[in-house]
Amino acid sequence: MTETFSFGRAFRLTLLSLGALIFLAPYIFMISTAGKGQSEIFTSSLSLIPTQFFYLENFAKAFGRVSMGQLLWNGVIVCGLIFVIQVIIAIPCAYAMAKLKFGAARLLMALVMLGLLVPIHATSLPLYVAFDSAALLNSYTALVAPFSISVFAIFLFLQFFRAMPDDLIHAARLDGMSELGIVMRVIVPNAWPAITAFAIFSVVAHWNDLYWPLIVVSNQAYATPPLGLLFFRAAEAGDDYGALMAATLIITLPLVAAFLLAQKRFVEGITMTGLKG
Amino acid sequence: MADMTAISLPIEKSRPIVNVSERHEARVAWMLAAPAMILIVLFILAPVVAVITLGFTDFELGYSTFKFVGFENYAELMGDRTFRQSLWNTTVYTAIVAPASILLGLSVALLIESEKLGRSFFRTAYFLPVASLLVAMATVWQYLLHPTIGPVNSLLNLIGLPGPNWLGSAGTVLYSLSMIGVWQTVGFNMILFLAGLTAIPRDLYAAAEIDGAKSSLDRFFLVTLPMLGPTTVFVTTISIINAVKVFETVKTLTEGGPNKASEVLLFTIYQEGFVYLRVGYASAMTVVFLAVLVVMMFAQYRLVDRKVHY
Repeated sequence: MTETFSFGRAFRLTLLSLGALIFLAPYIFMISTAGKGQSEIFTSSLSLIPTQFFYLENFAKAFGRVSMGQLLWNGVIVCGLIFVIQVIIAIPCAYAMAKLKFGAARLLMALVMLGLLVPIHATSLPLYVAFDSAALLNSYTALVAPFSISVFAIFLFLQFFRAMPDDLIHAARLDGMSELGIVMRVIVPNAWPAITAFAIFSVVAHWNDLYWPLIVVSNQAYATPPLGLLFFRAAEAGDDYGALMAATLIITLPLVAAFLLAQKRFVEGITMTGLKG
Repeated sequence: MADMTAISLPIEKSRPIVNVSERHEARVAWMLAAPAMILIVLFILAPVVAVITLGFTDFELGYSTFKFVGFENYAELMGDRTFRQSLWNTTVYTAIVAPASILLGLSVALLIESEKLGRSFFRTAYFLPVASLLVAMATVWQYLLHPTIGPVNSLLNLIGLPGPNWLGSAGTVLYSLSMIGVWQTVGFNMILFLAGLTAIPRDLYAAAEIDGAKSSLDRFFLVTLPMLGPTTVFVTTISIINAVKVFETVKTLTEGGPNKASEVLLFTIYQEGFVYLRVGYASAMTVVFLAVLVVMMFAQYRLVDRKVHY
């Protein structure tokens, strides 16, 4: 009995480890290749530890061709703005739908459900034409504005607020608080789990998004990380994989580091939002 | 009940006041919801209406005039070889990536759930691709799959197998992209399945064992699989929709090539609309794309309604 049990366990662990190795292989090779010189990349691709360390050279190249600092900064600005605006717009609306009686609530619900169906890819053509004619291409406005409304945020907060006890709100009203005051001082402090979950959803989605930035930004000064990496690849003549891997390492690191530090929150956030819904 | 009738009188009397406060509540609600409503109309509703309308025109960016052409764009779509190729490739990609990432996600979740050792390490390892920048990791995969200097082919050569030109030949490119797609999404599905698994009450397994489900395989089919029903429907829908939306890897690695072998729906729309600037024609393609999403969503709703009740 114990014999088969330990055999089963060994089998399980082997499977899991093998799979994990395959899943982590790209990271291992990325880190290894980022430190290799051009000649070593061409001769021995399977040795993991560089014979000569070229990390400094490769990172210098990566920082030299495209300004990585600017890219990451753009990513932070764009994702930060998008998240803050989405929350400011969505929370009052979700509160009104969850806790107040008004005629348009059902219409609004229909709009939200419709909005959940429509990704940016479906609205990008008219939006591009509009931004183009308003001379707003290549700007933070173009990158942020279409995402100022997140029906998913409304949907998520709505479900969260519905579960909040009405007594909390009645008590605040009896204290003479205005509805906006209730939103800011009663609802928001109680909604942190939902807000954190949504923050992870929103930042991961927009940090990674290539489609919309690719459409509205051609000027490197406004490039977000994924777009900047495309520019870097285009500027990189030939196959300088050492520099390329150094660049990918720099660009991948912030979100991966954030994930490793706040893993529990990430997992909770995803289970709560079903990321990328 | 007695209490209700007792207090119903004063309420009857104060009706006008209640009305005033109700009207006040409605007005405040409107004000709180107005910004969201305006933005939904501006950035979702109006563009959708516009894209459907544009699909019936010959609008091209850079020309000041356009005319309505009825269903001409759709007629052209039917005969457009690139578009048909693109639809087919997207279907093949989805048919590989969705089932593979669901099954692998479920398997990994089950393995992790039943094994105490290294649980959080394995979870992190499989999830890492989800938290990584896809464009960056696609670049890494390009190096890994490089026909001459890539580690994958070096490994194959080592055991005496000829390595294919993974991303460079028309015969393998779609499968290589699918592989990257699976690698990227398994961790996401795994997390959702893990959440589903922990929600299953332990005593159900004990009950099943008493009822004669002796082997763990029996218990899996009797308890685990049915209890994971709602999660599975959800994971399936998301997996399919995300697979249909494949774009990043194609744009980064292949640009639809070689010879249109990796041309997918969103990439074709992008090319027509934003590179060739044929907005009208690309809008018609977008309507087809949107229709696919709508059909998928309704399929999910119906499935959830019918199948996942206990």
